[in-house]
Amino acid sequence: MADTAIQTRRRGGRARLRLGAAVGRWPLRGAALLYLGLFILLPVAAILQRGFGTGLGNLSSALSSIGAWSAIKLTLILAVLTAIINGCFGTLLAYVLVRIRFPGRSLLSTVVDLPFAVPTLVAGVMLAALYGPGSVVGGWLERHGIHIVDAPPGILLALLFVTLPLVVRSVQPVLLELDLTEEEAARVLGAGQWTTFRKVVFPALRPAITAGSLQALARALGEFGAVVLVAGNIPYKTLTAPVLISQLINQTSYGSTATSGPDEAAAVSALLFGLAFVIVLVTEKFSSRGAGWLKT
Amino acid sequence: MSTTQARERPPQPHASPATPRKFPRRVHRERLVARLLVAVALAYVLVLLLGPLAGIVYYALKSGLGVVGQTISQPDVQHALYLSFLIMLITVIVNTVFGVMVALVLARDRFPGKHLASALVDLPLAVSPVIVGLMAVLLFGRGGWFEPFFAARGIQVIFALPSMVLVTIFISIPFVIREVVPVLQELGLEEEQAAWTLGASKAQTFFRVTLPNIRWGLLYGIALSAARAIGEVGAVLIVSGAIEGKTETATLLILRFFDQFQEQQGYIVALTLAAFSIVMLIGIETFKRKRTREAH
Repeated sequence: MADTAIQTRRRGGRARLRLGAAVGRWPLRGAALLYLGLFILLPVAAILQRGFGTGLGNLSSALSSIGAWSAIKLTLILAVLTAIINGCFGTLLAYVLVRIRFPGRSLLSTVVDLPFAVPTLVAGVMLAALYGPGSVVGGWLERHGIHIVDAPPGILLALLFVTLPLVVRSVQPVLLELDLTEEEAARVLGAGQWTTFRKVVFPALRPAITAGSLQALARALGEFGAVVLVAGNIPYKTLTAPVLISQLINQTSYGSTATSGPDEAAAVSALLFGLAFVIVLVTEKFSSRGAGWLKT
Repeated sequence: MSTTQARERPPQPHASPATPRKFPRRVHRERLVARLLVAVALAYVLVLLLGPLAGIVYYALKSGLGVVGQTISQPDVQHALYLSFLIMLITVIVNTVFGVMVALVLARDRFPGKHLASALVDLPLAVSPVIVGLMAVLLFGRGGWFEPFFAARGIQVIFALPSMVLVTIFISIPFVIREVVPVLQELGLEEEQAAWTLGASKAQTFFRVTLPNIRWGLLYGIALSAARAIGEVGAVLIVSGAIEGKTETATLLILRFFDQFQEQQGYIVALTLAAFSIVMLIGIETFKRKRTREAH
């Protein structure tokens, strides 16, 4: 890259500073690692111990009893759909924002970040307000046989809302740094717009699109706030895994201990957590600087 | 990587150079394609983000400002908003102080297991908030690892403020770190070394050189984590028990209003949070722009 000179200088600098700061390094390092260990590693250990601790046999029996599989299946399907749809539209938005000049471009750029700022539950409320059967738009759709709220499309919209900026913000910086001369070369050699995008631009963007879509996938698998108000939470139909977990836990904290709620909750959680962890590891591979999440 | 692949590909021998007569038509078509792309992008954002935003504004204000004032002045609502802000404030302070420390270690230090530490930082973005809540229950709830310790000292953790703060901290850990690390990496060490060589103490070097240099990235991270903290619902729902007037945050209150079919009030509280988040969004955009300008 262009900052090779800076990097060499920095490397030399680090060696020198290390000698000087050898004493002060340990307290800082210790405090940082203690913070990460206490706040992240410890809770993770607890969930793994509870979820997988009793063996895989118990895990599968806990999963089979309560329609957990159908919830997990629904969550997986919708999350994959979310990742694909926002992979496409997120790339389109990033391309439009970087390459095309039009009035209102910076406003659009701000609006794309809206889901980062708005509470997820409020996102759900917004979708329910616009697409609920009581509203003008929702009522019109209802009369034409399209159910959004309390049906899978509502959940999908909620997941799309929440994950849109992830893909856009992953693709945008790569597109900005992309060398325009390559595209110009392709165009001069007679390639059309579409061919240029497919053969020159897209291959360069592919790692960023993959990383952004994987982040969207992980986020969609675990989303609770945006989903809970629009899904309707009907078991075997619109009940997603995170909502199911919350129901299983709350059931026990309010008395009725007839079912073994926490064990089942821990089983579903352990499975979802495992998926999320794998996605994080794969995403690290795709993000060039090792700092892939939220790299804007 | 993929860009170099595209460069090495031999030029297509049969590509026909554009003749002068064809040129205007091609330009015309491209302008059309650009307009189409912008239109599709805007339509997507309208359906997904702006439409729902308009929906909530309409429904919250439909019955007039009198009802809005009445709702906001209810003691339940005021307490919930106060609690949400309190949790956000504590979370932001903790995550800013420790986030900067972790960022310094991740950007400057080298030690075995650094990649694992980096992956750990990303984990809260991928783990479902509901699972985070369950983790806290497993640690501090009945039969949890630390339950005897805190019970013996008479400290109520679960169903009380401490656990609500803890889960919110977990969820918003990555934002500050992920924004500050790249800034620190691009900054290099020269300025700090200069200060250090001129006899500045460690604290002076940090507060007079490092901190001013990372301030926009840091503020961006703080704004993102504040937005996330005030909107947290899944984890807080599970650990708080949502006790009315006691452990009920603004998001939990919205959830209750919708459960009890007091949708009007739910919309109003949701709009209050949305208004706050839009102020945050403006902050986020400003800090991001300043930070990018600073970095280049």
